[in-house]
Amino acid sequence: MLAKRIIPCLDIKNGRTVKGINFENIRDAGDPIELASFYASQGADELVFLDIIATFENRKTLANLVKKVAHEINIPFIVGGGISSIEDVSILLNAGADKISINSYAVRNPIQIEKLAGFFGSQCIVVAIDTKYIDDDWFVYLNGGRIRLPLKAFDWAKQAESAGAGEILLTSMNHDGTKKGFAMDITMQLSKNLSIPVIASGGGGCMKDFLDVFEKAEADAALAASIFHYKEIEIPALKKYLNENNVETRL
Amino acid sequence: MKVVIIKYNSGNVCSLANALERLGIRPILSDEPDELISADKVIFPGVGEAGNAMKYLKEKGLHLIIPELKQDVLGICLGMQLMCAHSEEGNTDCLNIFPLYVKKFVINKEDKYKIPHVGWNNIVLNNEVNSKLYLNTENNKYVYFVHSYYVEKGIFTSSETTYIIPFSASLKKDNFYAVQYHPEKSGKTGETILRNFINL
Repeated sequence: MLAKRIIPCLDIKNGRTVKGINFENIRDAGDPIELASFYASQGADELVFLDIIATFENRKTLANLVKKVAHEINIPFIVGGGISSIEDVSILLNAGADKISINSYAVRNPIQIEKLAGFFGSQCIVVAIDTKYIDDDWFVYLNGGRIRLPLKAFDWAKQAESAGAGEILLTSMNHDGTKKGFAMDITMQLSKNLSIPVIASGGGGCMKDFLDVFEKAEADAALAASIFHYKEIEIPALKKYLNENNVETRL
Repeated sequence: MKVVIIKYNSGNVCSLANALERLGIRPILSDEPDELISADKVIFPGVGEAGNAMKYLKEKGLHLIIPELKQDVLGICLGMQLMCAHSEEGNTDCLNIFPLYVKKFVINKEDKYKIPHVGWNNIVLNNEVNSKLYLNTENNKYVYFVHSYYVEKGIFTSSETTYIIPFSASLKKDNFYAVQYHPEKSGKTGETILRNFINL
């Protein structure tokens, strides 16, 4: 049976892992290569690297880091943050990323999803959507939450799917960093209505939150950062708990 | 040991090369018939589209070389599908090493299934096709899959997985081995399987 995936996310800034609360107050959380190897050995099902200050110079640093990490780990590896051209994608895939995650680039040029999917295959194109519940609906936000678009998260996810996205990485900005549970309604709406996998992100604070997002919101995968970095939840214990509660995981 | 990864327009092979390097192997990436023929082991990888891939192999004459290889060959993902007789993807005639058909997953609207089949799924070993790839591997272990087309089950099926329907997770016939999943991305289980192939 297909297992639900647990995915630790490393936010990367200048080669270090950082984590903010509600996209702000960034603190240092450790060496990314060490953390990546640690998570792979702990049974993480996949790993995400998000470069939070993607500049041109930084891109090279990131590619070097991706290369080092890809040498170490034997699980799928998603890299994203500031990708804005086919060349960026190509560089990261050649450095050893298995999938790339695109956000603003996709929103601003939806046609690029189609191009990238045609070029590299849908399986390596993850469309990340940052969303916030405001004025009675979930809207798409860009630039780490600074720009609100007049575009609903659901409509955008459907559009990204038909353009050839392989997976959707959905982050609720209302929930991110709060540890009060995932955004159940929008995650469920996407999971039920899309034919591609949905990775839920933002708000996972305790093991029950993960159980809920898999069982009730039908997410295919759940992503979290700080609770893993600060060892508030250990991946083996989480997966064991999920299995005991009839949610299939890879032990 | 000379391990050659067949080079063709099939997406990137970084993960595979990295996984082999972790086993102490420095693979050679090549589409030269001589390199393939002189290799100790040949790996036929692939993420991509069957029609285009076959076209490239034909341009290089590799469609005649690969089925005649005498050393151990491991097809991975699209590589496995191309080793079959025919693929529904682009209605493509393939290498016919395994006389099996590659079909697209079909889902009903009411189903909860999604395509591609992506993620970790367990493989049930078939003891009748005793593939040495699974030495020291327990039954029902999880491996990582990403695919929209599957190989039907047949007498060469060395392990199976169920997603929508049961299908071949791996095949074995003489010196030809093939896996639908990605051993290079399948954690410790995948590492053991790759090591078993190298040690054949």
